[in-house]
Amino acid sequence: MTITEDAPAAHVGSRRLRKEDPALLTGEARFIDDLALPGAIWVGVVRSTEAHANIVGIDGSAALEIDGVNEVLSGADLAPLWGEGALPCAWPVTPDMKNPTHLPVATTTAKYVGDAVAVVLADSRYAAADGAAAVVVDYEPLPAVVEIEDAVADGAPLVHPDLESNECYTWGLWGDNAAAVDAAFAEAAHVVSERYLQQRLIPAPMEPRGCAAVPSPAGGELTLYSATQIPHILKVMTAVVLGIPENKLRVVAPSVGGGFGCKLNVYAEEILCSALAMQRGAPVRWTEGRSEGALSTIQGRGQVQHIELAADADGKVQAVRVKLLADMGAYLQLVTPGVPLLGGFLYHGCYDIPNYMFECTSVFTNRTPTDAYRGAGRPEATYAVERAMDSLAVSVGVSPEEIRARNFIGADAFPYESAAGLVFDSGDYQAVLDKAVALAGLSERRADQASRVAAGSSKRLGIGFSSYVEMCGLAPSRVLASLDYGAGGWEAATVRISPTCKVQVVTGSTPHGQGHETCWSMIVADQLGVDPDDVEVLHSDTAVSPTGLDTYGSRSLAVGGTAVYMATEKVIDKARAIAAHQLEASEEDLEFSGGTFRVRGTPEAEVPLAGIAFAAFTAHDLPDGMEPNLEAHVTYDPPNFTFPNGTHIAVVEVDTDTGNVDLVDYVAVDDCGVQINPLVVEGQVHGGILQGAAQALYEDAVYNSDGQLVSTNLADYLVPSAAEAPRFRLDSHATPSPTNPMGVKGVGEAGTIAAAPAVINAVVDALRDLGVTDVDMPASPQTVWKAIADAQGGAS
Amino acid sequence: MIPAAFDYEVAESADHAIALLAQHGDDAKLLAGGHSLIPMMRYRLATPSVLVDVGRLDDLRYIRTGNGTVSIGALTRHSELEHSAEMAEACPMLASVAALVGDPAVRHRGTLGGTLAHSDPASDLPAAVLALGGTIVAQGPGGSREIAATDFFTGYFESVLAADEMITEVRVPAGGGGWNYQKFNRRAQDWAIVGVAVAGGGAGVSLVNMGSTPIRASGVEAAVAGGASAAEAAAVAADGLEPPDDLNADAEYRSHLARVLTERALNAAGVA
Amino acid sequence: MTAVTLTVNGTERSLDVEPRTLLVHALRDDLGLTGTNIGCDSSSCGACTVLVDGQSAKSCTMFAVQADGADITTIEGVADADGTLHPMQQAFHEHHALQCGYCTPGMVMAAISLVEEYPGLDEGGVRHGLEGNLCRCTGYQNIVDAVLAAAGSGGD
Repeated sequence: MTITEDAPAAHVGSRRLRKEDPALLTGEARFIDDLALPGAIWVGVVRSTEAHANIVGIDGSAALEIDGVNEVLSGADLAPLWGEGALPCAWPVTPDMKNPTHLPVATTTAKYVGDAVAVVLADSRYAAADGAAAVVVDYEPLPAVVEIEDAVADGAPLVHPDLESNECYTWGLWGDNAAAVDAAFAEAAHVVSERYLQQRLIPAPMEPRGCAAVPSPAGGELTLYSATQIPHILKVMTAVVLGIPENKLRVVAPSVGGGFGCKLNVYAEEILCSALAMQRGAPVRWTEGRSEGALSTIQGRGQVQHIELAADADGKVQAVRVKLLADMGAYLQLVTPGVPLLGGFLYHGCYDIPNYMFECTSVFTNRTPTDAYRGAGRPEATYAVERAMDSLAVSVGVSPEEIRARNFIGADAFPYESAAGLVFDSGDYQAVLDKAVALAGLSERRADQASRVAAGSSKRLGIGFSSYVEMCGLAPSRVLASLDYGAGGWEAATVRISPTCKVQVVTGSTPHGQGHETCWSMIVADQLGVDPDDVEVLHSDTAVSPTGLDTYGSRSLAVGGTAVYMATEKVIDKARAIAAHQLEASEEDLEFSGGTFRVRGTPEAEVPLAGIAFAAFTAHDLPDGMEPNLEAHVTYDPPNFTFPNGTHIAVVEVDTDTGNVDLVDYVAVDDCGVQINPLVVEGQVHGGILQGAAQALYEDAVYNSDGQLVSTNLADYLVPSAAEAPRFRLDSHATPSPTNPMGVKGVGEAGTIAAAPAVINAVVDALRDLGVTDVDMPASPQTVWKAIADAQGGAS
Repeated sequence: MIPAAFDYEVAESADHAIALLAQHGDDAKLLAGGHSLIPMMRYRLATPSVLVDVGRLDDLRYIRTGNGTVSIGALTRHSELEHSAEMAEACPMLASVAALVGDPAVRHRGTLGGTLAHSDPASDLPAAVLALGGTIVAQGPGGSREIAATDFFTGYFESVLAADEMITEVRVPAGGGGWNYQKFNRRAQDWAIVGVAVAGGGAGVSLVNMGSTPIRASGVEAAVAGGASAAEAAAVAADGLEPPDDLNADAEYRSHLARVLTERALNAAGVA
Repeated sequence: MTAVTLTVNGTERSLDVEPRTLLVHALRDDLGLTGTNIGCDSSSCGACTVLVDGQSAKSCTMFAVQADGADITTIEGVADADGTLHPMQQAFHEHHALQCGYCTPGMVMAAISLVEEYPGLDEGGVRHGLEGNLCRCTGYQNIVDAVLAAAGSGGD
């Protein structure tokens, strides 16, 4: 990769330690609940205990007797605060999509357990909790629809009777292709037809949500602090919903303790606190409890997948046909309806499959809304195709690695136009798989596996593959327009060089653990020939970084990082003009390396960037017509997505006596393009893998038939600990993306996308000779034991 | 989540604690390490109006051996059991089981008396004390009484302990043959889905989370005493029990686990 | 209200609290020591871990009144006064053992206590010893390596 002409990449590619760390390691960092706001009104939210019920009455009298509880407000009391406004959904995926009005606090009917039905205003967090617990709500229960398939059954209760159906929308990718798909199935030598369940997941960043709205009553301004991934989007949406002029509104994301998609939203509490703060002229704050958040923060996944593959006699897949039922929950949050679409382009995986058909019907249920959760649609797609490819391998009678090899998009096929209409940027999928096979020690593992079977061991070994490709770097704005998304996909950056030659980078990306400050500094430092410690990176505050589209969809580096890179190039271009002026040379004759401009062939004629920075500041002697100062702003709209890919191999040991699954080895070879900081890349991959493996083995948002969430806290919702996690063994195989100048792709979601199918394929592989062909997620000991018992002809 | 308000009293002695309990009646609760009670209070599943803090009664933090018995003060913390050289010598099973409770931070605060008084059928140490044939010493307004562990547990979070009694000491026999504890869970920090404690080379067998109390598996014990193999004895481990259904396991799977784990525990304890 | 005296990071602090005040709220809201975080309500996540009389404790599972007279160490108290990081903090930095950093104060405090309590830990010991501290970002590998390095037991 060439950062600037002739300049060696000194920092990019190195394992530089993070500049974010010291504040976080010492407790100095300020998260949302750390803000000291004397005199703030504390909000306690009274949440529905019913999945579907008319709100008959709200009795706040007992709450009001509690010391420190000042007001109890019903949804009707609060309705004037938002008037015609409602919580926004930015992605109307079809013109006829049904979108129920979603008020921050329900007025007449509660639609899910956790739906806000009243609010307590108190002097302290303890009083707010006491007050919320003391409010008595009289409910008239209504029939609830809980499970996805029940929502589309005849006679199903309606979540929103006024919409006359539980179907939110049906969206498809088939076009002229339907006949060709049917023909491929008619002619197929092997047909795989599978049904998979994507259980609902609770994102569970370690920091719960929270927000604080702080007004400046005299001036009419409002600052909204929120544990959000999207201060810029939140600002626009808050302005629209509440009618606050944008110029009076500032949104700040302080240190944010993880998001994983669930902080990519506009939530009731943000609107509520903002509206109340404006009305009362006092700070209003709310901090989510963990069990509260299980209900009040979006959940992920929640799909029933039907996937069919049609292959010829050699196992070469000719068509894939997918029908999806996706659970929206009770309301549409910011991008709820779009999540299945993000997977809808990728059910052919990393395979060259000429015929493609995808259809998704999304439904309302009386449950917490779903929305983007790490990977958002792509883990679901990868799970379905990678599980189905293993079934195909069995049908054809070849190994999992062989069926993949026979179907991979070839390394020479890029740019590759997929049957779903995407253009893949770069990759060498076979080389990646070969590396993973070697790293995993596959033949030794297989020998061990066979010897255990031969010995009749109750400790079976399973080896599971997952080859994936994902679309990252969301997104070209025109593509988003074609998908009816309500915003663009660009990102903004400003780069300034101060009089003393320190660098200020303002980014529209909004980090919450990813290490933007470190990585952006490394990029800019190499371009400018300065030390990364001389670069400051500003972000996450709309007063400081007014333009941006924030962090989600593995977009920060590929879009936001590219904007930073391009802004820096613009600064260099300006500096070059000043240097040429000072050196009385033409710009074409100048080279820039290590922070110094030199005249080619006349090395003694040079001027350091520091000299130019000061000259640009004093403006005493600039080229005619040039503005003072070294500063440039870029808004970068990517021409395409990027397509990270990889192969992961999981090795599990299954105790057939108990059904217990141990993850004993995990190998991942990823192509995320050029790596800015491998230390950061590996960290993303580690965490991503464990999150995906957790879906496979541990996590499940369990609802009972009444629509009550049973697994509400971290004792019942099994986020794994270090004791459950394996040691991950990583390698990489970079094919630089031609889409952007640094050749980067993105890595935030890769591990999560790859891991669940690798783990479940391994579990099934361990048990295949016992007759097991499928195990639902999460593959809990009980689930695995029952799968074995069922395959063996009934439970013992 | 935030506990409901309560009044707080610090007990200066066991006698003082019992007097405070008598004074405040049924709504008072003893607070020792608090690692069972405080989580329930945070969910407002427990809303005592008075807490009597016995956590400062350091004279009830001890491990003493003599006359073939290990006597453990009720306020002895799990981590003290875990690391006690005396315990490792005299009753290694109790030390080992203590090391499996919760996580290190929990073990630093949780107490043996507290976990027994809480009488959670999913807890590790009550079942261990039961398998060991332990004795619980409880003090009330009328003095102390000794309660056999087999007579102590009466139901979910219920024991024979009167509202104005507190556990002051737990006694288990020293030494005593092969032992093992099998704890089966999905995450290391979690309660056992099923656990099996075997003491005395199979003379004492108890089950965790297989009913409303820690359960003495007398059928298994009898089979072992009668010369049955581990597999034969384990086959009856779940007979007659009504194990709970929850997120991790239904009754059928729990019963299966009880049999598998009992066989493993018996094998490890030296029963062929 | 009940008067409580705590020695926090070496300084004696007196405060009046409701008996139900959790230690973590006393530290955060009354003493302004917001480095200690709250991640759950079931004593599962360990984000609130501090040292009480030198041993790790979940400060969400203690009432402040229980800590009366105790010696409390929070994340704010482990680095040197000149800003030099504690060896465990430094190891976390060098091994990229944190991303969002929310679990980090509790994880560091748990790790400091762990290596003190269990000399000679191997990888399995570290993993089990941190069973009560959840992290959603790192997959734990770099945390485990950091703790092993700080314990002087190797690690990458």
